[in-house]
Amino acid sequence: MPESNRGFSAYFRRDLLLAYRRRGEVASPIIFFVMVATLIPLGITPEADSLKELAPGTIWVMALLATLLSAEGLFVSDYKDGSLEQLLISPNMLVMPIFGKVTAHWITTGLPLTLASPLIGLMLSLPSVAYLPMMAGLALGTGCLSFLAAIGAALTVSLQKGSLLLTLIVMPLYMPIIIFGSAVMQYSIDGMAWSGPLAILGAMLAVAIALCPLAIAAVLRLITIN
Amino acid sequence: MVNSSLLTVNDLRFERDDIPVINGACLTLNVGEILQIEGPNGSGKTTLLRILTTALQPSGGEILYRGQILSECRFDYLSNILFLGHQSALKLTLTAEENLSWTTSELPGSVSIMEALEQVGLRGYSDVPCHKLSEGQQRRVALARLLVTNAEVWFLDEPFSALDKQGVQFVEQCMERHVKGGGAVMLTTHQPIGMEPVRRYSLVGSSVGGGF
Amino acid sequence: MNWTWFYRMGSPLWFYQSTSRWLPLLSLVTLVLLVAGLAWGLGFAPEDAKQGNSFRIIYLHVPASFLALAGYFLMATAGAIGLIWKMKLSYIVMKCAAPIGAALTFLALFTGAVWGKPTWGSYWVWDARITSMLILLFLYFGVLALQYAFHNQEAGNKASAVLALVGTVNIPIIYKSVDWWFTLHQPSTIKLTSAPSMHPDMFQPLLVMILAFYFFYALALILAVRVEILKRESKTTWVRELVEQASRQKIGAK
Repeated sequence: MPESNRGFSAYFRRDLLLAYRRRGEVASPIIFFVMVATLIPLGITPEADSLKELAPGTIWVMALLATLLSAEGLFVSDYKDGSLEQLLISPNMLVMPIFGKVTAHWITTGLPLTLASPLIGLMLSLPSVAYLPMMAGLALGTGCLSFLAAIGAALTVSLQKGSLLLTLIVMPLYMPIIIFGSAVMQYSIDGMAWSGPLAILGAMLAVAIALCPLAIAAVLRLITIN
Repeated sequence: MVNSSLLTVNDLRFERDDIPVINGACLTLNVGEILQIEGPNGSGKTTLLRILTTALQPSGGEILYRGQILSECRFDYLSNILFLGHQSALKLTLTAEENLSWTTSELPGSVSIMEALEQVGLRGYSDVPCHKLSEGQQRRVALARLLVTNAEVWFLDEPFSALDKQGVQFVEQCMERHVKGGGAVMLTTHQPIGMEPVRRYSLVGSSVGGGF
Repeated sequence: MNWTWFYRMGSPLWFYQSTSRWLPLLSLVTLVLLVAGLAWGLGFAPEDAKQGNSFRIIYLHVPASFLALAGYFLMATAGAIGLIWKMKLSYIVMKCAAPIGAALTFLALFTGAVWGKPTWGSYWVWDARITSMLILLFLYFGVLALQYAFHNQEAGNKASAVLALVGTVNIPIIYKSVDWWFTLHQPSTIKLTSAPSMHPDMFQPLLVMILAFYFFYALALILAVRVEILKRESKTTWVRELVEQASRQKIGAK
């Protein structure tokens, strides 16, 4: 009988190990996140009041871009060295390894983003009441971002200039997440209950976890090997 | 009627962009056999192997494993096959041992990883990251996979490429031992195999070619 | 149940032949509806109390936005049929529906902008509908770009089909999110398309135009699919016979 959970932990651990061995590469989206945060005050205005207004949306846009940057490589190295083909002919279910890989991706991208976000909040004069909502929202939202980016990564894995196409494909799907993500912060700043939009983000993550691995498995089986 | 063949392929067809690549291939693979798929470049040898390992979906025809349609015994079939392709499927940042333990976690075997590495001449290299190995050494790590699993059917795509005489001998010995022990091998190669008995199947016109 | 009729519909030859029979009638009906709708809406419908004559753009804007959305679902359905039943004709329909749908989305956005200027003083307003329409355009672009990015036609078809399906699942989420976002930020702005509260004299030509656009879409899609079929099946005998016949007619006419 196929063992469902073994696939998850095996690929989860392997991808984390691989990321650990390439620490420098993996850290760059986070550094990107922090560096771009300094562009906003430099490019627009350093005034605390204006920054405060822009902060929620800016943080989310940057988290989005950082996730897209790191998503390209999700399946590419496996495709190039033949590991993907071995994955496809493995007797175990395909969805669990995919789930493991995407979770590992989140741990190396979304989680560091969430942890680095207070730093950005500080730089963008985010009101202190919004820090916890920001981190909660980012934790859930970046999970969704990882899963959706993985669909784009699977679709473009065999293409030459896949990265730009990946961004084009995934961007419209990201819009609801950014809407609710920044709303979580905005609600807290305006003194309203921010658990509402947060719950919606949680629901989106639940749907993403349930459906995206299926879509990714279908894409990998249908399209990658020719 | 008891079907003694390990693998039976009936009228297999594969099209790529409406161009037929494989046109009604029929072949069998029995226990203890080595089947060589012949054909010039581009005749679909790798494609055939890929279809038989289920990495690709055929456009038509059926594949039977021990008399059962593949879709009904997928798990048993895939647990018993090993595929070695052009690409080494090695993670270069991982060590040789880590890469091989990856294979054994899915297809367990009776030979330990250290033993296998010794047999391919890489004793002492087990904890070296693969990117530090030469290409020939990396190829040998990939070949060590043949030793660490108990998979019944081997699908080898150009296993002799980029190997020296010693390497070629090693692979031939592995294949012989494997089929004597009850396994079966299907391979594609340009080079003539210096061992007997090898049955041949030609993909040109998909007619069964010369035999023993 | 006998499904042969379904599989017969997957034959490009059957499609080409049956559409050849119905094409003249379809073109006539489309033309009549378009002319009637446009004349009625642009000429004979009464002026709007608040917006004067500029509201007439809705006779193009609303049908275009209907068809833009419906076209996306049609494209995704064609893709799904292609994936499940491996029907090449279905993939051809999907491939042809994409640029038509994208063009209609662009038309909806453009007419929305044209309407915006005299009504709200600016060519672009971040209204919920318009924003959703813009995201729909991006979804179309994604499907189009993916289709043409693959060298292997089949892989491109399958990839676009999956993307179209993923987009379909997301469209309700996106529309609802944008609606919610819009009410959060601008609760009191008038909706650009308040169709139900229109006077029947203005509403009826709108219905005619919507119907006309549905026919127009069908016509455009059928014509595009026919061309694509000829291109793909160019090596088969029936296409070669058609080409020979056409060239003989041309020479005969000279």
